[in-house]
Amino acid sequence: MKAEKQAVQLFALAKRFGKVEALQEMTLSVGEGELFGFIGADGAGKTTLLRILATLLLPGGGRAEVLGLDVVASYRDIRRRIGYMPGRFSLYQDLTVEENLRFFATIFGTTIAENYDLIRDIYIQLEPFKERRAGKLSGGMKQKLALCCALVHRPELLLLDEPTTGVDAVSRAEFWQMLGRLKEQGITTLVSTPYMDEAALCDRIAFMQEGRLLAVETPDAITTLFRKPLFAIRARQTWPLITWLRSTPDAHSVYAFGRAVHYTDNRLSASRDELLLSLQRQGFTDVEVQQIKPGIEDTFMALMEPERGERHG
Amino acid sequence: MNSFRGFLRKEFLHIFRDRRTAVILFGMPLIQLLIFGFAIRNEIQDVKLGVYDKSRDAVTRAIISKFASSGYFILSREVHSEREIEEAFSSGSITEVLVFEPDFARRLQRDGRGEVQVITDGSNPNLSRIVSGYTAAVLHDYQESAVPGGGREAGVVAVPLMLFNPELKSVDLFVPGLMALILMLVSALMTSISITREKESGTMEVLLVSSLRPAQIIIGKVVPYFLLSFINVVTIIAVASLVFGVPCRGSLLLLLLESLLFIVTALSLGIFISSVTASQQVAMMIALAGLLLPTILLSGFIFPVASMPLPLRMISNIIPARWYLIIVRGIMLKGAGFSYIWKETLVLVAMSTVLMAASVKKFKIRLQ
Repeated sequence: MKAEKQAVQLFALAKRFGKVEALQEMTLSVGEGELFGFIGADGAGKTTLLRILATLLLPGGGRAEVLGLDVVASYRDIRRRIGYMPGRFSLYQDLTVEENLRFFATIFGTTIAENYDLIRDIYIQLEPFKERRAGKLSGGMKQKLALCCALVHRPELLLLDEPTTGVDAVSRAEFWQMLGRLKEQGITTLVSTPYMDEAALCDRIAFMQEGRLLAVETPDAITTLFRKPLFAIRARQTWPLITWLRSTPDAHSVYAFGRAVHYTDNRLSASRDELLLSLQRQGFTDVEVQQIKPGIEDTFMALMEPERGERHG
Repeated sequence: MNSFRGFLRKEFLHIFRDRRTAVILFGMPLIQLLIFGFAIRNEIQDVKLGVYDKSRDAVTRAIISKFASSGYFILSREVHSEREIEEAFSSGSITEVLVFEPDFARRLQRDGRGEVQVITDGSNPNLSRIVSGYTAAVLHDYQESAVPGGGREAGVVAVPLMLFNPELKSVDLFVPGLMALILMLVSALMTSISITREKESGTMEVLLVSSLRPAQIIIGKVVPYFLLSFINVVTIIAVASLVFGVPCRGSLLLLLLESLLFIVTALSLGIFISSVTASQQVAMMIALAGLLLPTILLSGFIFPVASMPLPLRMISNIIPARWYLIIVRGIMLKGAGFSYIWKETLVLVAMSTVLMAASVKKFKIRLQ
């Protein structure tokens, strides 16, 4: 473990809602200044985790520390020092852009001017619309405004719950550029997202499923967890291709990936030529088979599978 | 403290930005007052009056002409026998019959007492009560004018004198009830809606994760409505007095102070509602069904508490408006001082304290 300070630490953190185990004994450290991503589908526990860190929910078991403070005992101190952006758009729709921003500045006892350098890059895009009511902004603009509001008191830690869900591709890219710039300013950011392409932009990512951490790694290193040879297969008709591949006894995983099909075989010896041959024998036309390097999404899917298998078996 | 001011500013922005709310807040009191004052009246005009004058002397003629000129009564027929009275009522051609005893003027002069029998239709008790009230008032008037300076000797029947509202002017009775209603509406309903709106829109999440304290959030929510409610009270009293001539016989200052107390009670009710509900819809339902209806029906606003069955009387005890009504009627119509209404004041203070304590206890510093 490096000597640098930890911004967030979880010690066997658990939380359940009725019968649902939202978080199961999660242990994790996020270092200061890191841009850390939680990747997982809906219901993986990302929102619950961020809410516990934002001191909005009490841990059910275990412990969590934010900026070295316990989330239960020192919730007031933590609240002053973090910025939190909930998953749902949570600004005042009937107030204008400027009024919203000014409001969030004043309730933290600061002014827009005081921390303008921090939000300048983002706010400059909002400025033409500053008289517009927040409810009338586009999805991407709303998220930028929400980020501004979460940043306006210069928090040491930023908790962003799916900030780019429902936002167009261009705005998503711009949003992540901003997160990169905040990292340069030394702000630790924890962000959750269902988008795999965003994972690559984080320093480290955690895969989450059903309240558990499947893996925590850097985006580059995480793909090494993928051991089986991976093939990208294309054919004229994708759907029959998927159905047939799934019906073969040696198929390990088959799923659509863009216009191609990503396929892993149970046999480690599986080769490209062999696959190509059997596909052509089945009457598939325009078949292309390539062995490829696994991406983050492939790794995530692969890591999810054994979990699923256990549950159903 | 600066952050609290920012919060207050935002609350006012919400109120003025939302036109519908602004209209409700400022227009409603006026509209309701005007509707209640002009349209819904208990006063009765043109009561069809029958007269059975067994005396036919100068005094009875004077009394009858007094009735005819009062503006409330129309002399619709003369009756000549007891049998005719019943028939006149059955046919619906008259609402009231006055029967003067024989030798009315002489008896009045000799015994200081002349009897007028006032017969009304008991099948409509409400109307009957009001009409006899009017009659008594006219008779009283006559007596005053015949023997100026209070004729203790020259009595005309046992007059059921309406002490506090001799003309039974309905607006006098409605104004206190209306004040209670509007304060409930603005204070309790609007506060509970405005707090639950923050919960519903997710902004409460953000507010909690700020350096605002729960007390600041609540007070910030309440202060604007406190001010607005107070403005409404002043408006109602002013309009009632200027447009309808409703008097404030007691101390205006006391009335305002008691109204402030009632506003506090209503606000704490609103806070309490919002602390036990999570959606605007539910808060509104509770406020409307649980507060406004009882305020209208069970507080004594429309139906007198004394004539309610026991279970309803007991329920009416926990309705703040009931106590406020007693206070306002006491001050405005009877000119009562604090010594007459301290018990009711105490009830309101107790209610506010309990509700406040309960809401503070229930307020969540977290989401769960």
